[in-house]
Amino acid sequence: MELATIALPLVGALLAFLVRSNHLRPLVLPAFGLAHLAATATTLASGRTRGSLPWLELDPPGRLVLLLVSVIFAACSCYAVAYLRLRSDRPNRVFCVCLLAFLAMMSFITWSHHLGLMWVAIETSTLTSAPLLYFNRTGRSLEATWKYLMVGSVGIALALLGSLFLGYSSLAGGHESTLLFDDLVAHAAQLSKPWLHGAFILLLVGYGTKMGIAPMHTWKPDAYGEAPGLVGALLAGGMTSCAFLAIVRVFHVVVAAGDADFANPLLIGMGLVSMAVAGAFMVRQRDFKRMLAWSSVEHMGILTLALGLGAAGAFGAVLHLVNNGLVKGVMFLSAGNIHRAYESKSTDEVAGALRRLPVSGALFLMGFIAVTGSPPFAPFVSEFAILNAVFAQRRWFVGAGMLVTFLVVFMGMAATVLAVVQGRPSEKAAGTPFHDRVLTIVPPALLMGAVVVLGLCVPAPLRAMVDEVVRYLGYGEGPP
Amino acid sequence: MSATADALLVFVLMLNFVVLGSGRIRSLIYTVAAQGVALGVLPVLVHPAGLREALVSIGAIVLKSAVIPRMLMRAMADLPVRREVQPLVGFRTSLVLGAVATAASLLLASRLPVLGNTAVRLLVPASFATVLCGFIVLIARVKAITQVLGYLVLENGIFLFGLLLLDAMPFLVEIGVLLDLFVAIFVMGIIINHIHREFSSISTERLSTLRE
Repeated sequence: MELATIALPLVGALLAFLVRSNHLRPLVLPAFGLAHLAATATTLASGRTRGSLPWLELDPPGRLVLLLVSVIFAACSCYAVAYLRLRSDRPNRVFCVCLLAFLAMMSFITWSHHLGLMWVAIETSTLTSAPLLYFNRTGRSLEATWKYLMVGSVGIALALLGSLFLGYSSLAGGHESTLLFDDLVAHAAQLSKPWLHGAFILLLVGYGTKMGIAPMHTWKPDAYGEAPGLVGALLAGGMTSCAFLAIVRVFHVVVAAGDADFANPLLIGMGLVSMAVAGAFMVRQRDFKRMLAWSSVEHMGILTLALGLGAAGAFGAVLHLVNNGLVKGVMFLSAGNIHRAYESKSTDEVAGALRRLPVSGALFLMGFIAVTGSPPFAPFVSEFAILNAVFAQRRWFVGAGMLVTFLVVFMGMAATVLAVVQGRPSEKAAGTPFHDRVLTIVPPALLMGAVVVLGLCVPAPLRAMVDEVVRYLGYGEGPP
Repeated sequence: MSATADALLVFVLMLNFVVLGSGRIRSLIYTVAAQGVALGVLPVLVHPAGLREALVSIGAIVLKSAVIPRMLMRAMADLPVRREVQPLVGFRTSLVLGAVATAASLLLASRLPVLGNTAVRLLVPASFATVLCGFIVLIARVKAITQVLGYLVLENGIFLFGLLLLDAMPFLVEIGVLLDLFVAIFVMGIIINHIHREFSSISTERLSTLRE
């Protein structure tokens, strides 16, 4: 079954490479994006989660992330048709090929059950996504691409060292050296502690760089600020989720080894630092795409922190992974529309988006309300569950820190978002040819619909998947 | 066997200092390539006489001593830039930092439970020291191409540690890691070229428009 979700996008990439017409090529994207979604749904429904090779297996968190990535990519691929039509002056062969290869690599990450293989998949996903950032071919996007590539590669190199440490901890613990997650978990108790601890720190820093948690987040504002909106959506919703998946798998080994007390404070500390840094930079942020990047740093911090809370936070963390991915899709796609219409992403020039682009403006506004954790949207449910867990564990300082950050982020983001959507558009902005069309508003609107539905109730199949992840981590059932 | 391996590891450590002290990009590329060859021989010495080890050795040597240096040289040849390394931190300070890093690695490795024979005993500290020296180059040099070289030294250090785990790594993954390294350097080379075209310089100091 892994063939369908990994090889299908690769076939698509090959096809996109072969199509010669710049005009027809983007159509390959939705064809394979939707096929990938169908293949993912079939795989998950059939329950055949073992691959044909021992290194490929879809564990419970892998299943959830695969579904999330597939949904976000399907939305982005439809959006891409309209986007690339608007930018038909630019060659899009590299862009289309890399998009599909990126999807293949993200699926590969979810299937990898071997630390080395997962590393290869994550490194390749970085390499295939770097050209996507450079689509606009400006000096600024070049700078963003360079930072993304260098910071990402160095981070991932540390993760490779961490993976090797983990393998060596098994060897030093008197077993054969192994990098298979199953084997590591099976004799987790015998793993050599110093190597295991070193491994966890290196892997947290390494994959944390890909996730963009502070202080390894430096590439993020630049990359998200300069990349096309749909690439931002894929990175913030898909790539970061895959990196979090990698950390969850490593954390699983550490928990199985009985070392949760070592890992938890690290996760909570890094989570809090990320939230604080993001909050500080979101105040008076005039560039609304960079603002979204800081929001992503904040939410990655929330996820990391929640993972460190143990059994109580696990349910909220897993649910928040899904919610954050979907909301980021809404926000980046609608922000992309606004960027196109105004040909600027600074609040100095952008105003009145609700008048200029009624649907995109409304989606952007709703996305903001959702992402800051206001009811009735989905992130409220997960953030509330996480806060609940914090206070149930009597971590007053952590809880207070979170609440203060939520408040600062809400105020900071509100100032920027309201400046974008309210007021009157300038004459220059009214004169640009861009307007809301079906393909630029339906994908983010559908994602927004999902955010609303998930805020009201979590459908039973998704609920079952989330519970499976909680059980996988070695905790009991989530809260009812 | 292990005496040869030890000698090679000492050679690798010495090359770290050459990297930290060299002022010309061309000699820097050659030094990193030499380090790649020294590393490439090690798999055969540490795990004698396997076909897999031999293939990994050949792959690593070809990649690190021929393919990558050639790509970097080509990236250099296209650019009419000055061929000196631009240090952000002086050479002398870099060397002192390298020495501190090496000492710290020896100390750290002696504290960790390391198994095995004498060859392996030097492998762990040499690996840590090389990783740290790679970091110093990455941080302390300005030009994009020197950052790539720092990344390569870092990767060399990790390769050393990987020798301890040659059994656990499936062959495919081993090749995948090398292939990824190749593609990474390839993409970096392309971007360096674009950076040059855009800014008429490959110094990353020009890459500072994006900030808060």
